[in-house]
Amino acid sequence: MIPLLGISTQALFGQLLLGLINGAFYALLSLGLAVIFGMLNIINFAHGALYMVGAFCAYFLLNLLGLNYWFALIISPLVVGGLGMIIERTMLQRLAGLDHLYGLLLTFGLALIIQGVFQNYFGSSGLPYAIPRELAGGTNLGFMFLPNYRGWVIIFSLIVCLATWFMIEKTRLGANLRAATENPTLVRAFGINVPRMVTLTYGFGVALAALAGVLAAPINQVRPLMGADFIIVVFAVVVIGGMGSILGSIITGFLLGLVEGLTKVFYPEASNTVVFVIMAIVLLVKPAGLFGRTA
Amino acid sequence: MSVDTITETITAPVEVANPRDEQIAFVLMTLALIIAPLFAYPFFLMQALCFALFACAFNLLVGYVGLLSFGHAMFLGSAGYFSAHIAKVWGWPPELAIIAAALGAGVIGLITGALAIRRQGIYFSMITLALSQMIYFFCLQAPFTHGEDGIQAVPQGKMLGFINLSNQMTLYFVVLAIFLFGFLAIHRIINSPFGEILKAIRENEPRAISLGYKTDRYKLAAFVLSATLVGLAGATKSIVAQNASLTDVHWTMSGEVVLMTLVGGLGTIFGPVVGAFIIVAMQNYLAGFGQWVTVIQGVIFVACVLAFRRGIVGEIAHLFKRSL
Amino acid sequence: MRSSVAIGALAAALAWAGSAAAQNKNVKIGALSDQSSLYSDIGGPGSTLAAQMAVEDSGLTAGKGWKIDVISADHQNKPDVGTSIARQWFDVDKVDVIVDVPNSGVALAVNNVVKDKNKVFLNSGAGTSDLTNKACTPNTIHWTYDTYALANGTGSALTKGGGDTWFFLTADYAFGAALERDTTNAVTKSGGKVLGTVRHPLNSPDFSSFLLQAQNSKAKVIGLANAGGDTTNAVKQAAEFGITQSGQTLAALLLFISDVHALGLNAAQGLTFTETFYWDMNDQTRAFAKKFAAKMKSGAMPTMVQAGVYSAVLHYLKALDALGSNPDDGAKVVAKMKEMPTDDPLFGKGTIRADGRKIHPAYLFQVKKPGESKGPWDYYITKATIPADQAFRPLAESECTLVKK
Repeated sequence: MIPLLGISTQALFGQLLLGLINGAFYALLSLGLAVIFGMLNIINFAHGALYMVGAFCAYFLLNLLGLNYWFALIISPLVVGGLGMIIERTMLQRLAGLDHLYGLLLTFGLALIIQGVFQNYFGSSGLPYAIPRELAGGTNLGFMFLPNYRGWVIIFSLIVCLATWFMIEKTRLGANLRAATENPTLVRAFGINVPRMVTLTYGFGVALAALAGVLAAPINQVRPLMGADFIIVVFAVVVIGGMGSILGSIITGFLLGLVEGLTKVFYPEASNTVVFVIMAIVLLVKPAGLFGRTA
Repeated sequence: MSVDTITETITAPVEVANPRDEQIAFVLMTLALIIAPLFAYPFFLMQALCFALFACAFNLLVGYVGLLSFGHAMFLGSAGYFSAHIAKVWGWPPELAIIAAALGAGVIGLITGALAIRRQGIYFSMITLALSQMIYFFCLQAPFTHGEDGIQAVPQGKMLGFINLSNQMTLYFVVLAIFLFGFLAIHRIINSPFGEILKAIRENEPRAISLGYKTDRYKLAAFVLSATLVGLAGATKSIVAQNASLTDVHWTMSGEVVLMTLVGGLGTIFGPVVGAFIIVAMQNYLAGFGQWVTVIQGVIFVACVLAFRRGIVGEIAHLFKRSL
Repeated sequence: MRSSVAIGALAAALAWAGSAAAQNKNVKIGALSDQSSLYSDIGGPGSTLAAQMAVEDSGLTAGKGWKIDVISADHQNKPDVGTSIARQWFDVDKVDVIVDVPNSGVALAVNNVVKDKNKVFLNSGAGTSDLTNKACTPNTIHWTYDTYALANGTGSALTKGGGDTWFFLTADYAFGAALERDTTNAVTKSGGKVLGTVRHPLNSPDFSSFLLQAQNSKAKVIGLANAGGDTTNAVKQAAEFGITQSGQTLAALLLFISDVHALGLNAAQGLTFTETFYWDMNDQTRAFAKKFAAKMKSGAMPTMVQAGVYSAVLHYLKALDALGSNPDDGAKVVAKMKEMPTDDPLFGKGTIRADGRKIHPAYLFQVKKPGESKGPWDYYITKATIPADQAFRPLAESECTLVKK
């Protein structure tokens, strides 16, 4: 195969595929954040911590109740989504008319609390969670060995992302939601319970984070700080994609995965920082983000 | 985006400051700081003073100009590295090292500010975060910073040739002097015609533009001033602690200064000082609680946002219907 | 007659004054560690417990009239918090010795403070071999391990055993670079070759790309020059990508039993690495470990860092006992500690060199397969023992100014 800049094309395909898989993760994680910001104008800094709670939930379901991964995929988001709804009801609702940055500060504080408490009880090294038997092993694609689980990740994330986008942009429920954010008073006049919609939406966004957590548990060590590593990258994805745009953050998530994958080959030390370089460039050139509406 | 019905912003209260109240408060604060070493450990006090200056300079930008920066740690940390390197490797006396480092931070402020000022609101904040992350990466890679080991054993030397900084009490008063200088500088900036224009920009930028002010230049100037004063704090801190490390450029440090300012009172002059002292005290005196410090910080954050949005000083000022 | 009474009185007075001066039998030990983050399982509250156990086992409080306190604090992995606590402990709280301190950056900063205040620093948690090299002081003893010992042990043993081509996954951090450099030296000295290296940012959640590069290099050994969450993620994902199944050996250059416990044997089996302590080595270590685990909230077995704290405090108290009282002079106590050979139930017999390096044997361990383990914490097989005089950097190569050449 023709070596391209010091790496064979075969190896390059392998890296790109891995990058795409990571992109699927970013897309799923930033989806919840984009939903919450796009619909509610809340900058949810607790997203990383709730992702972590989702992963721990999967661990507990397995080790305390004997419920395996497939149950966890459904139950964990419901549980954590419920927790999200409680948070919204008790705390975020009080910040309804205030500067958006208060929401960010509050959720930042919540993230500290959640992570701190988990760390006290579970230490920092984390807990083991195995890949479910049905998805174990891998296939040799010729240019690389792809673990089946990773293939599952990319397919599942795509399905969830597209389903969410469809629901918000194309269904009546989504239309109501978008209207409620644009003009709550008017929508309330139609008899729609706006505060309840807000609570449910926040819960939904959080549930998406927990889902990403369950998806991550078999391949990343389940540790209290697992979300903290991700959170600012996920923010960057949402900002680059355009803060109001669901489709934007999905596409950006995948794109970022690809760019990061390439960086890991050619300049690996910078793979954590490249997203910020892109964010700065995008913000300066197209301030509303790639797909966002005007700032 | 939605139709915003914002009833409360994060910026300074509208009450006009009464100069006499401020003078009294300033005298009280200075007296308290002068006798403080009798009651508390001077090293802790010096750290608190450096962070207090950091928070005050940050507050200049957020409370009085309305620009919330998520990347202010880049100025604190890079000034810290500069002054540590200048004092240790180039061998300059401490006062020159500190001044040079503060100016260096100002230059970084100029470059980053020129990029960030072009956007408003949350986008401004995100650009400052992105730039701060790039600077963190640079500090990680650059050989002179020694990565996570940091620059150790920074010499303290003699300030102005004869003030021996190795004596803890002498060092304390030098740091106090630097802090008071910075504090008064900020006060001067806020209460000058320049400061009035900044407040006007914060209240209603389009109107300020229509009056003929080149608002971008004013915002950039404020950004650079804030960066330089933060640099002053960072440079002093690394001479006091005798080391410079990556923690000072990490994005969580930017979060801490927001916490300090929030707890003390966004947009009040004395708020950040109080906030800084409380947070630093917590980190030191609660260190024995080990694992609960982050949780406690989180609880304070949440409590402040839900109930004490004006911060401690803000609530006190509101109680007495004054402006502090 | 009068003169003899006078002389007698004077003698009595002098004796009383002398004994009063020599009576300082108060000791305060400060366990400074990371209580809330990355290293809390490796050191953390376990180190404080180990120090307390050492105080009890020393016998000094029971019958000999000493008053010994153990306090602890969290340095949160920040050098300024660490130095601030250290200074406060020395100036205000009358602490005599600081133990543990994982995280090399904090350790180096505290090292300087200890030297300035002439106290004692018994480091068990940090890896940087600089503590006994460029940054050595007469007040510091580096106890349990250092990057040189780990690199040397794992590097030489694996290379000599047939793994003569290496590929490194290195954390882009001074620590990772040091680990990679020391292992490269050990590998090349044993006749091996390094085929390539890739530097990943710290706290990378995903290693698939780097592991793929390692796989493509066809090196026989993949060296993980990183620690903590990075190592565990890399190991977990290496299992996922079938790396060990296809014949490459995974060498973790810094691994603790708490990491193996967190990974589970399924993921960690076959991992080879060097440590200086394992709780299940002999009856004495087992006895200590059982007592330790019973007192730990999590029931965890001691890591080598925590065992090192126990051993260091025990020897420190022995030195104080030999001196008769607390001289309030750190360098003096450390000199005494270097004079006396060490002998404790955990590390056996050993010595402390002039550069402050504690010398004891190191062991090459391999993680058991799930079927081979009889229960939780039964994780290691001992593959080789590296004798004490070969385990650490030879004095001749040391840049420490305390070493007389």
